[in-house]
Amino acid sequence: MRPILLQGHERSLTQIKFNVEGDLLFTCSKDNFINVWFSHNGERLGTYAGNNGSVWTLDVDPESRFMISGAADNTLRLWAVSTGKCLYTWEFPTAVKRVAFNEEGTQVVCITEQRMGHQCAIRVFNINKDGDGTNQSKEPLYMFNPIGSKATVCAFTLTPNVIITGHESGKVALFNVKSGEEIDNNERAHSDVVTDLQLSKDRTYCITSSKDKAARIHDTKNLMVIKTYNTETPLNSASLAPNRPYILLGGGQEAMNVTTTSARQGKFETRFWHKVFEEEIGRVKGHFGPINTIAVHPGGTCYASGGEDGFVRVHHFDDSYFRSKPYGDMEIMD
Amino acid sequence: MPWDDATGKSKGFMFVEFRHVDDANLAITALNGHPFDAKHTFRVNHFTDIERYAGMDEAYVELELEDYVPREHLRAWLADPQSRDQYVTYRGEEVLINWHGKPSQSLVLNATQDWKDFLYVAWSPLGTYIATLHRQGVRLWGGSSWKPQQRFAHPMVKLIDFSPCEQYLVTWSNEPIVVPEGALQGPQYFSPDDEGNNIAVWDIKSGDLLRTFSTFNDNDAPSSKKQMQWPALKWSPDDKFVARITPGQMISVHELPGMYLHGKKSLKIEGVVDFEWCPQGDKDKEDLEKDAKAMASGPAARTSKKARENMLVYWTPEVANQPARVTLLGFPSRTILRQKNLFNVTECKLYWQNQGDFLCVKVDRHTKTKKSIFCNLEIFRMREKDYPVEVVELKDTVLDFSWEPKGERFAIVSSSDPNLGNPGPGVTTKTDVSFHQLEHGKNDFKLLRTLPGRTSNAIRWSPRGRHVVLATVGSSSKSELEFWDLDFNSDDANRREGQNTDWGSGIQLLGTADHYGVTDVEWDPSGRYLATSASAWTHTLENGFAIWDFRGQELIKQIQDKFKQFIWRPRPISLLTKEKQRQVRRNLREYSRAFDEDDAAEESNVSAELIALRKRLVDEWNAWRTLHKKELGEQKSLKSQSAREEKEEIEVWVDEVIEQIEEEVVE
Repeated sequence: MRPILLQGHERSLTQIKFNVEGDLLFTCSKDNFINVWFSHNGERLGTYAGNNGSVWTLDVDPESRFMISGAADNTLRLWAVSTGKCLYTWEFPTAVKRVAFNEEGTQVVCITEQRMGHQCAIRVFNINKDGDGTNQSKEPLYMFNPIGSKATVCAFTLTPNVIITGHESGKVALFNVKSGEEIDNNERAHSDVVTDLQLSKDRTYCITSSKDKAARIHDTKNLMVIKTYNTETPLNSASLAPNRPYILLGGGQEAMNVTTTSARQGKFETRFWHKVFEEEIGRVKGHFGPINTIAVHPGGTCYASGGEDGFVRVHHFDDSYFRSKPYGDMEIMD
Repeated sequence: MPWDDATGKSKGFMFVEFRHVDDANLAITALNGHPFDAKHTFRVNHFTDIERYAGMDEAYVELELEDYVPREHLRAWLADPQSRDQYVTYRGEEVLINWHGKPSQSLVLNATQDWKDFLYVAWSPLGTYIATLHRQGVRLWGGSSWKPQQRFAHPMVKLIDFSPCEQYLVTWSNEPIVVPEGALQGPQYFSPDDEGNNIAVWDIKSGDLLRTFSTFNDNDAPSSKKQMQWPALKWSPDDKFVARITPGQMISVHELPGMYLHGKKSLKIEGVVDFEWCPQGDKDKEDLEKDAKAMASGPAARTSKKARENMLVYWTPEVANQPARVTLLGFPSRTILRQKNLFNVTECKLYWQNQGDFLCVKVDRHTKTKKSIFCNLEIFRMREKDYPVEVVELKDTVLDFSWEPKGERFAIVSSSDPNLGNPGPGVTTKTDVSFHQLEHGKNDFKLLRTLPGRTSNAIRWSPRGRHVVLATVGSSSKSELEFWDLDFNSDDANRREGQNTDWGSGIQLLGTADHYGVTDVEWDPSGRYLATSASAWTHTLENGFAIWDFRGQELIKQIQDKFKQFIWRPRPISLLTKEKQRQVRRNLREYSRAFDEDDAAEESNVSAELIALRKRLVDEWNAWRTLHKKELGEQKSLKSQSAREEKEEIEVWVDEVIEQIEEEVVE
């Protein structure tokens, strides 16, 4: 099917996310805005305005009631999804690089940048769901500074109060947010910055992408590397396709080097890899710049990619995608 | 020296004490072995040595003989039933020996603890050994399991060169040899005499050092840093001689295995710039064998025809009133066989055809005004009496010249592009490629065909001739490969007779291909496949290699980060006689049928293996998932149970409930 081109941002995309049902697609960009779209036709539902800097990251709670965003203006904001109102703003000394809700939507974890003498910090906030949501506590529930390489991505695991993080050095680690203690780590998970970390539906495993051109599936319990996908380009994002044994990888020549290399060198394609066999099975072209972020519909019916070129492309899968069995009749669990 | 009054002679020894151990060592190196006269030699030892010698155990202990361990056959790879070729790849820090068409059977060269960090790798010319360069020296590997075979301790070695028959190895380092105090001594190590030199010649079988040379010329001004020529030592094709040039002065020929200067004097040639040995053709080798047999059976049975003597060719530029000159010299007789005078020469390049049938001297000539340069090809026919020379005049600058192996054709890349000589980023010089062939009746080389308007800058003939690949190498925007067949109309069997057809009509383009950023192009030794590689040494874009068949169909392509080197393993000369080879060619159909069957079997085997592997992977994955699902289920039920007890609420979102309990505690 023809992809739907979402032209609502003026600068490059930083993160995109579907809500739990998959009917809404949230996109944030360096142009300071967050947009929400209907995923089935690409119609824009609204804009969340108010940030004074690049919006680096966002997440939606499981009820699609609240949305949380982190931006370069050093703020973490809680928004009402339906009205577009900013309900609460937390301020920090440095920019917020990553946010994530827990499974129930009751807690939020955020990573703030290491800059201007401030260390990289991980904070966890409780979200008060009572009332209209404007009554939030200012102070974080927990806060700690990870020692060593700074964290770039994070997510809550199945175990309460345990988060999984990806680091600038390529390390993947498990932290207890209560004590700030590092429970487990895999120093050699990647050899360069971890750029994305997305969880499986049941949060038992996750996929990470890195500038070292590889993506890996890790067990979130013991950080064991289950699968490795080696590509020929630095990766910015990796996503798991539900119900089908595929993963989607996006990346490309780094934005700062794009002008010095030809388009064929860029490799600005979304790559489909087989999750179990670690083989590339296809590519989807379209972006003019590196792909910064990829998200797959929770039902596995479509996917979206956001690029450095400022566009979001939503691709609905054709029937053949669901019917085809390129590797024979083998039952592969999700 | 202490005097013995009783005998009226000196005691013949004395003890000297030094303040420092270094002073003592210096005294030993300076004075030990000093000859006083013909009968008396001065010996200096450490005092501790004297003690050791005095306290030596004099009982004879029989040496225990080590059991003989048979070594692996160094040419085992030739016995592969499907006669596949091998190649080596060097990627990251890993050197892999691979079989072409058998991807599962790769072998890693295990770097030892102290000899790790490969600089690069190289095959020996007949493919027996592979050499790896390390900080400590060169190591040779061989046999079917790739065990280390030999090593040559030349620290900081940068370049190596094998002799044509694999008997000797030449190594070069930019740093002069230093023999540190207390270094290991022996035939395999440098001795103090070698200090300051930087080229070493080694015997491969024994690992012994034969001789060292220096590339630094005493009378060279230190400021004038000239590009060094490599190989700096040139071997005669039979490994009997090795020659070294002192530019502008002489060629020194050393005789193996002693490495003595042949005839005790060098060939003094004023102004000599470059020289090359004549390669040995298959025919010469046969002649040599015949000669050897004849010698063995006694002088009476000597055949009238003698094998060709070694030859070398050198050129001298215009000096004073003397014109530039190309000279063909017989060696060891040192007779001048042919000399050709040349005028207005700026540069000469010598190209031998690989059988030694022809020699092409590419002469870059300038016009009287010295403003423009054009090119002459002086072609010597080496198998005819008096070595006739024929000249091919060209108007353009010739960038590359290449003889067809075992053939009578050559290809040149020429260019009249004004951008030539000042390459800039994004500039690709336009080139023309032309083929010439010897016309037998007239005995001259006639143009077969010109392919105008190319960007190709490299010619790669198949080692069996006939097929040629034109490639654009080292360009950032173009990377085209063209696969040409020069005898498209005629079958291999009657290709020599098929010349009565139209001149040049057999040239046919078989296919074109593109390998982005290609830096190296190499044919496999059988001429069936072509390998192209993009090395991380030149650039970091899309490093990796590809293998093509001779028609330009891609067989394998691997893009690998940090890919550095790809080299086919060379093959030695076939042991089959001419008659046998002809027979094989005649019955090619039958052989190919057997091979086809093998291939089909292999293919089904591989696919069966692949299916089994996939099955295993899926099973492993599913097992892992089932385990997790079970754990997850247990956790959930556990939580819901505890929740039920405390809250009497049966909800799926049990986690939430627990959180509330915690909150209560906080409050």
